[in-house]
Parts: sequence; structure tokens; C-alpha cells
Amino acid sequence: MTVEFPALALILLFPALGVLFNLFLGPRYGRGAVNVVGPGVVFVAFGVATWAFLTLLAMPPGGALAVHLWGWIEAGRFHTELGLRLDALSGVMVMIVTGVGALIHLYSVGYMAHDEDFARFFTYMNLFAFSMLILILADNLLMMFVGWEGVGLCSYLLIAFWYTNPQFAYNGRKAFVVNRIGDAGFLLGIFTIVATLGAHDVWTLDFVELRQHAALLGGAAATAAGFLLFIGATGKSAQIPLYVWLPDAMVGPTPVSALIHAATMVTAGVYMIARLGFIYTMAPAALGLVATIGGLTALFAATIALVQPDIKKVLAYSTISQLGYMFLGVGSGAYASGIFHLMTHAFFKGLLFLCAGSVIHALGGEQDMNKMGGLRRKLPITFWTMFIATLAIAAVPPFSGYFSKDLILEAAYDSGHSWLWFLGVITAGLTSFYMFRLIFMTFFGESRVDSEKEHHLHESPAVMAIPLIVLAILATVGGWVNLPGGLLWGNAFVRFLTPAVGAFKPIVEASPTSLSLAASIASALGIALAYLFYLRLPGVPMLLAWRLKDLYNLLLNKYYIDQLYNFIVTRPLFWVSDNVLNRAIDSFVIDGAADGAGLAVRTSGQIARRAETGNVQHYAFVYLLGALGIVAYYLFLVTH
Amino acid sequence: MNGGLLTALIFLPLIGALFILMQSEERAIWNSAFIFSLLPLALSFYVLAEFNPHVAEYQLAEQYDWIPAFGITYHIGIDGISLFLVLLTTILITLSLLYSGGGDIEERPREFCFFMLVLETGLLGALLSVDLFLFYIFWEVMLIPMYFLIGMWGHGRKIYAAIKFVLFTAVGSLLMLVAILYLVYSAHEHFNRTSFDLPLLYQVPLTVTEGRWLFAAFALAFAIKVPMWPVHTWLPDAHTNAPTAGSVILAGVMLKMGTYGFLRFAVPLFPTVAVEAIPLFMALAIIGIIYGALVAMMQPDLKRLIAYSSVSHMGFVMLGIFALNPEGVDGAIYQMLNHGVSTGGLFLLVGMLYMRRHTREISEFGGLWKRVPVYAAVFMVVMLSSIGLPGLNGFVGEFLIMLGAFLRIRLAAVFAVVGVILGALYMLWTYERVMFGPITRAVNETIGDLTGREIAVMAPVIALMLFMGLFPRPLISRIEPSVTAMLARANVAQARLELERQPNRLAALSPARQISNRKPEMAAAAR
Repeated sequence: MTVEFPALALILLFPALGVLFNLFLGPRYGRGAVNVVGPGVVFVAFGVATWAFLTLLAMPPGGALAVHLWGWIEAGRFHTELGLRLDALSGVMVMIVTGVGALIHLYSVGYMAHDEDFARFFTYMNLFAFSMLILILADNLLMMFVGWEGVGLCSYLLIAFWYTNPQFAYNGRKAFVVNRIGDAGFLLGIFTIVATLGAHDVWTLDFVELRQHAALLGGAAATAAGFLLFIGATGKSAQIPLYVWLPDAMVGPTPVSALIHAATMVTAGVYMIARLGFIYTMAPAALGLVATIGGLTALFAATIALVQPDIKKVLAYSTISQLGYMFLGVGSGAYASGIFHLMTHAFFKGLLFLCAGSVIHALGGEQDMNKMGGLRRKLPITFWTMFIATLAIAAVPPFSGYFSKDLILEAAYDSGHSWLWFLGVITAGLTSFYMFRLIFMTFFGESRVDSEKEHHLHESPAVMAIPLIVLAILATVGGWVNLPGGLLWGNAFVRFLTPAVGAFKPIVEASPTSLSLAASIASALGIALAYLFYLRLPGVPMLLAWRLKDLYNLLLNKYYIDQLYNFIVTRPLFWVSDNVLNRAIDSFVIDGAADGAGLAVRTSGQIARRAETGNVQHYAFVYLLGALGIVAYYLFLVTH
Repeated sequence: MNGGLLTALIFLPLIGALFILMQSEERAIWNSAFIFSLLPLALSFYVLAEFNPHVAEYQLAEQYDWIPAFGITYHIGIDGISLFLVLLTTILITLSLLYSGGGDIEERPREFCFFMLVLETGLLGALLSVDLFLFYIFWEVMLIPMYFLIGMWGHGRKIYAAIKFVLFTAVGSLLMLVAILYLVYSAHEHFNRTSFDLPLLYQVPLTVTEGRWLFAAFALAFAIKVPMWPVHTWLPDAHTNAPTAGSVILAGVMLKMGTYGFLRFAVPLFPTVAVEAIPLFMALAIIGIIYGALVAMMQPDLKRLIAYSSVSHMGFVMLGIFALNPEGVDGAIYQMLNHGVSTGGLFLLVGMLYMRRHTREISEFGGLWKRVPVYAAVFMVVMLSSIGLPGLNGFVGEFLIMLGAFLRIRLAAVFAVVGVILGALYMLWTYERVMFGPITRAVNETIGDLTGREIAVMAPVIALMLFMGLFPRPLISRIEPSVTAMLARANVAQARLELERQPNRLAALSPARQISNRKPEMAAAAR
């Protein structure tokens, strides 16, 4: 049942108004107005979203709210509309994005309090909220792509927010271009769907209609489309092989890292696959690839996070790793489990970044954990909230991450990917280790803070602390919406999502308790090891780094993947463009041929002089020859 | 009745040009030039209002005998293919004049405005001609004012660039002239009547060889104009050395004469050859897309960079045209408009920078955002339009083109998306080097942000980008009927070709199989 609900458009309208206000009037009306309008519009959007979501909850399962905006691209047989649709899946997403988004906007008021470019910052943030909501609420694949590229743009603008630093600007561009590679796959996926359905004279990209006609795609086209769209997801959601932009994205302001590069935008790929689950279910090969890439990325990124000294870099690789879990979940066919982890991750990872931001803010920009330590007494709110978030990500019951991670690992095992389940368990152990390493290095032990910074140490203001506390509560209880087995309301979250994303069909039946136990043991081991290394025997990590120098350097340098890409892609591309295409072919061969008109091959040293003097005559000569030839040809035709 | 509407549209700028010759005071020259560009602009919007979106044929047509001895008529009309190109022309001429009056052109403003308006007459005439002879006259007329615009008001090696531009075009046009004459000659043989009228010439039966040669002549003339790889090298020189207004019109409208020529003449006159040539032209288009992007990336000069980006973007247009399906061709026409708006906008922006710094070297800039935030924001939007960000105009065209190409030859779209990636790479890199980073040159510390006049020039450009990105339907629905009619010719040709290519397969089918295949069709026909 779909109900017309025009107020859905308001969820988009308010952030859009925020963009216009902050862009055109923000600099004039000043910080006070921007601080109200910037977060305000997102809070209002959250209010409208809540209203819509409650309306949806009151409807029977499988219901949806929708509003049609206007016909967009219509050409030939192809047509697509602009319209919004809120079902269980997009409802959950909208609540996460507007809710967590509003909190992070609020936090930004404090974090950006000393930045003169506050109006530009909130313009971008509101534009991001607007684009992300388009991505989520779009009722068709092409409109989703509008939001998809829109959030990419905002990501670029916000990574390069402090643009006077050339490295930051470069990192922004890197993010955009790597995402564009993914987007190219996304586009080809769209074309595959349009062309295949078009051959059956079905021309649509509307999700509801696509689902109705999905059978027409057939296995081959569904696999191709699923594979191509997943390329898009590896870009946006930072999976192997396109994850390389995300760690570099950390140079943006920390609220940006929390909102865009942890809680919301980077999960768009997971959302897209859950949204198109009906296509992926028809394409087991594509789905298997999603699970495999997810499992491998989870492990791969976690190993890098083990040794990073930069607090935000640890969290960045952790995000990549957790996104890997989500793909493992949806790739196992358990779409609801992926979305569940997406939600809890938005709470605890958003919180972790905000806490990291609070630490960085207190330390006047310091991000190196080697220069932290012992901060828990100076920053009690930050410490306790970050500790809760760490318990959540380390899957300690009853914190939220425990329920969602368990569900994913169970799904991975039950769908027959037992080796991916095993990777997931290992990753769980690594996760606990690097997170507690972060906590211990930052908040415990002796202070290693520079003495002049020590004086300025202060807990963050209320405007930053309140979002931390709210998110800490969510990170604690967020997982309770889906309790295992028949406990209380049971798996209510999964049941709520099932009409929208389809039910999970296990292949293997395993005891959930023993699976859960394995993961919990791994997790506990990780915590214990971190405790041992960073609190009890602080000399051990250094010793290990020294004894296993090669392995340590490999991890510290992120397996040298950036260097590898640079060596096999970037440098050859520029070299060929400049030396082969630009200089050799364009300037010398093609233009040379034109200039000399086949009469003179010039040596490069003479180009400038000859071009000014001799060429006009060459041209005149060639022109004459051509004209004569044409006249002769015409005469020939007439007499023939 | 709207008799004379299109004639008025074509010749109003010419009258304005003559009027300006009588002016001597500089302010009066600029003002009257601007007003005389506003008149055709208003008239073109009136044409849009009068245009019937459901009609595929020429509208508002006028036909008078001109040189009856050779069957040459003054036959003009407008259809969905030319409608918005006419609007693009009138808009860009107005914006260019508004911009140029703000200090860009200081020498001989009277002659400059004169040539700009003559150019407008040439462009509009070429777009509205239905008679091939008339078309050819206007086609050649366009060259002369552009030659002078580059040669007199250009920079650097302007004479070289101007001559290169004219000669490249002239070589192609002469071949086209021969082809036109041959076509008319064949028409005379067949219909016993001499005529340059396009609808009649569409009907001329040609042998395969004749068709191929004539198509080649037309295609070469238009390919040079587009410009397609590898006949593009006149473009970077012409663009770089032309004055800003010249680059805007050259890129914004004149290049479209090439792609327009394919749509209006080369493809519908020789549909069979066009269908045969699909793989060749798609390949050349793709080479242009990728090659143009990679070479653009390496240019140290902003204008040269945009010139090569035009090679890439016009490659997209050609790809859409030779998809020869409504999605691709609609997209190609839309992309012609997009490219006019976004590249026109880019050239205007570079012109504004040049006025302030008298250089276009990318390495001369850096960190400009801090000094000129409004300029930087406008540049950002124009750049995003150019790289096809969804929500802005460029995406609609690129998407339809690639979809059309995918429906024709899948691999073509795979290569085309590489162009989309590279487009983002070189544009963002350029933006980064100009706007981001610290200010590296002291002279850049003092440059001023956009003036009121410059904002007035750029505001319509931005508005068009947003409107065309969000509401493409009012445009495409007017474009499409004429495209469908044009494609009908190509579809017939394609069906015939497929039959000819596979006669054996048809014969090899057993009679029983053939009947069973035919049955549903016959049943459908009977119904």
C-alpha cells in the first residue's frame, strides 16, 4: 500500500533552504544566524522525517509513503521521473541521516566556532544533507544517482575545505576522481538494466516497477548489472580496490569525517545493494563477490588500523573495515542485517569521530596518539562516551554493535560462506585490539601531551558534549531493536525491514549461540591483548615492531597500495598524456602534418619561426591545389 | 500567419551591424550593439512561443524564388533540431556583447560589434536555411567575421590562428560544395528539375558508390567543423588566440554547425552510408573523447585546455548522433546546447581572469579563492556543469548519449564513461591549481572579484545550467519529433542493409520456419 505524502518533499526542502541561506545571506547575517539556520534546518528535516516515519509505522507491513515531483528525463523510449518514496528501508535511513546529521551539525557549531569560513562550512553541510536525502528517498535508480554524485561533490568540497593546504585540496580531488571511477560502473549498471528491460519493451528505472519486472532481466544481465553497480559501491563505500580515498579524506574537519566519512555517505553502497536486493538475489555470483570483497576488506583494513599512530587514521581504517562487515551482511543475502549494522555503526562510529574531534579540539589540532595519554581525567565526558562507543564497536554485550555484528556473522555462516565468517571472527578480534589500543593510548597511562598544550586542555563546550551524550545513549541501546531469538520483542528490526528488502534464506543452519561465542571470544582476546600491550607491558609493542620490522612497516605504510596505484596508473597516465598524446601525436604528428600539409617535416627547433613565416604560403599552396582538384573533379563529373 | 518572422530574425543583426557603422561614440556603439542583439533574442523567444511542439516538419517556413535559373530558392524554416540552437546563438551573442563592452575590447569597438552582429546573421541563416545553396552561402559568410574577430582582436599568434581556421574550414567546405553540386546534378538527372531544396534532395536515389563519396565529402566538411579527431588541431590555436567573445561564439555555436550539419545533411541525405559508417564514427568519437581529455589535462594554458575539452565534449555529441536512436540523438542535441552554455561560460570566466592578469597560464595562478570567492563559486558551478554533475545540464546530455550508444554498441558506452572519469580529473585538477592552495604570486593578492556587469553575464549562464539540468522535458519534447522523423530515414536504411547483408540467412531458413516466423506479424497486420 502506497500513500501519497507530499510532506516528504519538506525533508528535502529544508536543507535546500539552508544551503541558499548560508550561501547568499550567511556571510551578511553572521555567525549567530548561521549557527541557528545550519543545524536548524536539519533538525526540522528530522522532525518531518519522524512524522513520516511514525505514519509509516502505523501502516500495515509493506506500506510506503510517496510523492511525485515532476517528469525529468524523457527521450525516445526512455523516461524517468523525480519522485520520493519512503518505505521501511528508506525510512530507517532517513531517520539515521537526519537524526545523526542533526546532532553532528549541532556539534559543528562548537567545533567550527573559531573558523572564519563558518558560512561556507554550513552551506556544504546542508548541501550534503540535501544530496544524501535525495539518494535515500529517490524512488528510482537514476535519481538515486543524482544524490550519489551530489554527496560525492560535498565530500570533495568538505575534504578540501581548508583549501589553502595543497595536500588537502589534492586529497579532495582524489576522493572525487576515485568515486567517479566507481560511478562509471554505476552508470554502466544502469545502462545494462535499461537496455535489457528495454529489449522486453519495459522502460523503467522505478524501484517498484523494477522489482515487478526483475525476472525479465535474467541471470546474466542481473549478474552484469549487479557487478557493475557494486563497482560504484566500492568507490562510494570505500571497499577494495577503490578504498584508497577514504583515509586521505580525514584531512577534512572532524565533523565531516563523522557525518560523511563514517555515519552516512560511505554507507550509501550498502543501502544501494539492499535497495536492489531483488536484482542481487537473482545474481548469486555478484552477491558472492559482494560478500567476498566485504569480508576481505574488513580484515585487510583492520590489519592496517592496528599500527596507525594517527587517531583519525585508525578510525578511518576502522570505518573501511566495518563497511566490509556490512557488505558481508548484504552479500550473504541478509540485507536487513547489513542495514542493522549500518545503523548501529552510524551511532558508534559517528560518536567515535566526534570524540576524536573533541580530543583534537582540546589538544589544539594534535592527532598523533603518541602525543596523547592520560586524558581521561581532563576530558571525562569525551572519555566516557568514547569508551561506550568502543564497547559498542568491540561487540561487547549489551552494547549495540554486539547485536548487529553477531547477526552479520551468523548470516555469513548460514549462507555457506564459512571462510568469510572466519575472516569476520578474526576481524572482530583485531577490531577490539585496535580500538582498545586507541582508548589506552589516548586516555590512559602517562600524559605525553606537549607541556604548552597541557595548559589549554579543556573539556568541550555543551554544544559539543550534548551530541556526544545522545549518541552514547544510542550506541548503547541502538542494538536492542533487534534482540536475538525470541527474547522480548525478538528480531523486530529485521521483521520491519523484511517487506522492503526480502527475507534472508539460510543455506546452512548453525547454532547461533556457538557462532556468537566464537566471535565474543575473539573480541575478548583482542581487548585482553590490547590491555596487556598498552597498559601492563608498554614495551611489548615497540619490541614487536622492532622484531617484526618488515611486517610492521608493511602495515604502517598501508601495504604500499597508494604507491602501487601511483606507479601503475597515475604516473603512466600522465606520462602517456603528456609525452605521447600531447607532444608526439598532437603537436608533432597531427598538427605537424596539417601545418606542413605533407610538404615539409619540420624539426622541432624551427617550429616557432617557421610557423610565423612559411606556413601561410604552404596553406595558400595547398588551398590552391585543393581548389584545382575540386574544379577538375567537378569537370570530370559533368563531362562523364 | 507569421510571415517574415524568421527572415526578421536572421537579418535584424545585419541591420544592427550597419546601424553601428554609423555610430562614432564608444558608449553609443556598445549600447546599440547590445540592443540590436536583444531584438533577435526577444524574437527568438517569440519563435519559441510560436513553435508547435508536436510538429516534426519545418515551421514558420518561408520560400521565395531567388535564382530561378538554377532552381535556387530562399527557403527557410525551423524545426526541433534547429530551434534551441537558434536560441543558444541569440543568447550567447547577447552575453558576449555585454561582456565585451566591459573592458575586454578596447580597440575598434565599432568594427568589433559590426562583425559580431554579421556573425550572428551568418549563424542564424545557416541554422534556418532549408535550401542547400542558401545554407552554403551562410556557412561561408560565418567564416569572414570570425576570421576578422580572431585576426584583429586576438592575442598571440592571431594571424596564424585566423588563417589556419579559415583554411581548415575552407578545404572542407569546398569538398562539400562539390558534393552539393553533384547532388543537385543527380537530382536534375532523376527528377528533370534543378533544385537545391533539401526535402527534394532527400529523395534523390544514389548508387552505393555515389552515396559513399558524397557522404565522405559532407562528413569531412562537418567533421573539421565539429572538430572530430584527427582534424581538430585548428581549434586549440583558434580558441587560444581569439578574443573571449570569439572563443565563446566559436565554441558555443560555431562548432555546433558541424554536428548540426551531420544531423541535417550528412545523415538524412545518405542514411544508408551513415548506418554503414556507425562503427567508424563511433570509434572516432571515442578517440576524440579520451584523447581530447588526456591532452586537455596536460595543457598549461587555460584556453587551450578548454579547447581540448571541447574536442572531448564534441566527441560525446558525435557519439550520440551515430547511435542513430532517439535517446542518443536527443542527447546529442541536448549536449550541443549544454556545451554551448558550459564552454561558453568557461571562456567567459577565463576572459575575466585574463582581463585582470593578462595571462592564462595556469601556473600563474593558485589560491585565488581567498581573493575572489564569488568568481570561484561561479567557476565551480560552471565546471560541475562541464563535467556532467547530475542536477546540472551536462548530465542529461551525457547520460542520454551514453545510453543511446550503449543501446547501439555496448562497448562504445564503456569507453565513453572513461571520458567521464577523465573529464572530472582534468577539470578538478585545473580548478585546484587555480583556486586552491596558497597564493603564490603577489600580483594575485590584489585582483578584484566579479563586477556587477560580470555577474549579469554569468547569472543567465548559471540559471540555464540549473533549468536545463532539472527540467529537460520542455526542451527534449520539442526536439524529439523532428529527430524521430530524421531517424525514420536511417531506420529504413538500416532495415534494408540488414536484409541485404543476410539474404543467405533468410534463404537458409526452411519455408516452414519462415511461415511460423511471419505468422504473428501477419496476424498483427490483419488485426
